[in-house]
Amino acid sequence: MVSKLKTGPLGLQSIYFKDAPGLLSWASIAGKKEGEGPLGSYFDEIIDDAAFGQDTWEEGESEFMEAACKLALKKAGLTAKDIRYLYGGDLLGQLIATTFGIKNMEIPFFGLYGACSTMGEALSLASMCLAGGFADNVIATASSHFGGAEKNFRFPLEYGNQRPPYSTWTVTGSGAFVLSRTKGDIVIRGITTGKIKDYGIKDSMNMGASMAPAAASTIYQHFQDFSSTPENYDRIFTGDLGKVGQEILLKLLEENNLDISKQHRDCGIEIFNPDTQNTGCGGSGCGCSAITLAGYITKQMLEGSWKRVLFVPTGALLSTVSFNEGQSIPGIAHAVLFETRKHQ
Amino acid sequence: MKKEPSKDAYNQYVEEITPKANVAINCLKAFITGGAICTLGQIIKNTALYFFPISEVSAGLWVTVILIFLSVLLTGLNIYPSIANWGGAGALVPITGFANSVAAPAIEFQKEGQVFGIGVKIFTIAGPVILYGIFSSFIAGILYYIARLMGWMA
Repeated sequence: MVSKLKTGPLGLQSIYFKDAPGLLSWASIAGKKEGEGPLGSYFDEIIDDAAFGQDTWEEGESEFMEAACKLALKKAGLTAKDIRYLYGGDLLGQLIATTFGIKNMEIPFFGLYGACSTMGEALSLASMCLAGGFADNVIATASSHFGGAEKNFRFPLEYGNQRPPYSTWTVTGSGAFVLSRTKGDIVIRGITTGKIKDYGIKDSMNMGASMAPAAASTIYQHFQDFSSTPENYDRIFTGDLGKVGQEILLKLLEENNLDISKQHRDCGIEIFNPDTQNTGCGGSGCGCSAITLAGYITKQMLEGSWKRVLFVPTGALLSTVSFNEGQSIPGIAHAVLFETRKHQ
Repeated sequence: MKKEPSKDAYNQYVEEITPKANVAINCLKAFITGGAICTLGQIIKNTALYFFPISEVSAGLWVTVILIFLSVLLTGLNIYPSIANWGGAGALVPITGFANSVAAPAIEFQKEGQVFGIGVKIFTIAGPVILYGIFSSFIAGILYYIARLMGWMA
C-alpha cells in the first residue's frame, strides 16, 4: 500500500492526499421502504410520506436533500454561510431535485450528473477542492426517489407491470456530508476516477450487468495506482450492482487475478431484503450508496470495525432517448478511499 | 484492466447468469388472473341478460363499461398494480389492462397540468396500441373490401 510524502496524482487515474480532508459530519434521510430494510436502524431519519409533505415526487425528493444537508450542518455546528461550495446531484432531468432542494441555502453550487455514481463524484471533487486549499468546508450530497425515477425513466407508479427478477429498486433518500480540510475522524486518503466502460449491454433493466465492467475497471486501476491488494482493505463497497452485477464484478476481477470476494459488499444488496420487500436484485439510485455510506459505513468506521474502506458508487449513463434509439448502456464508477484518522 | 472480455463474450456470459422469470409459473398465474377477469365479465353478462330485457350486444357493452370502471377504480386505489404484478399478462391483455394503462398516466401526470400533463401524456402507454390497432383495422378493412369486390368473400 502506497504511502507518499505529498499530495498529488498517483498512477494513471488516482490522487493521493497526504493531509487528507475529513468527514466532519453526515446525515442520512431515508424513505419508508428503506427504513423497513436491514439497514433501517442506521439512518438518521425515516420519512414515511414519500412526497415528504409536498405535492409531487420531485418536490418531495428536494425536501429529502434539503433535510439531509441541514441535518449534516447542524451536526457539524455550522451554518450554510460556513460552507464554501456544495457538490451535489440526483437522477432527474436537469438535476431539479438538487436545484430546488438547495437553492434556499445560498451556497456556491456545482451540479453533478454521474447517474448513480454521483455520490462518489461529489466526494471526489469536494476532497480535491479541500486538498487544493480552495476551501475549509464543503458539502457533498446526492439523492434519488423511487416515484420520481419510475415516472421519469419507466412507467407511472399506478401502471400495472411485472418487473423482471434481475431489475433493481430505486432508493428513496438523500445523504449529505460536510467535509473539512483538516478535521474529521474519517478521512479521504485518495480517489480513483473511473472511465466510461461500455460492453454493449442493451437491457435497461439489467443495470448490474451494464455497470459491473466500470466497477471492475476502477477497482483494478485503484489497486494498480495505490500498489495495494484486496487484503489492505476491510471492505470494498460498490454502489448498486445488485446480485447479478456482484457476480459479474467478482468474475471480471478474478480473470485479472484479483479476489475481492471477502471484502466486497454492495450497498444495493445490503439495503433491502429481496425476499420480503419485492426489490429484485437490490436497491439502486444515487441515494442508495449515499445513505448506506452516511448511515451504515461511517458508523462501522467510527466504531473501529473497519479502518480502511473503498467506496465505489456505480452509475449507468443512459437516458430514455439513448435507450429508445437503440444505444447500449455505458457505465461508470468512482472510487473514494476512506481511512480512520487514527489509522494513519 | 489487463484482461477484458470481448463484447460478444460478455453479452453471452451475462445472458447465461441473469436469472430468468419462470415461464411455466408465470403462464399459470396469467391464466388464473385473465380467466378470473373473463369469468367476472361472463357473470356480468349473464346477470344483465337474466334481469334486464336487453339484447346480447347491449349486455356485451355493459360488460365492457363495468370492467373498465372497476379497473379504473382499482387503479385509483392503487390495487391494480399489485394484481398485475402477480398476474402479469393475465391482467394486462383484457380490457381492464388497457383501462389501467390510460388511468395510470392520467393520475401520475395530473401534477403537470390539464394540458401538458394529462392531455399530452394520458396515452403515453396506450397510444401505440390505439394507433396500430386502428391502422391494422384500416388495412384489414381495405383487404375485406377488395375481397368482396372480387367475389372471394360474401
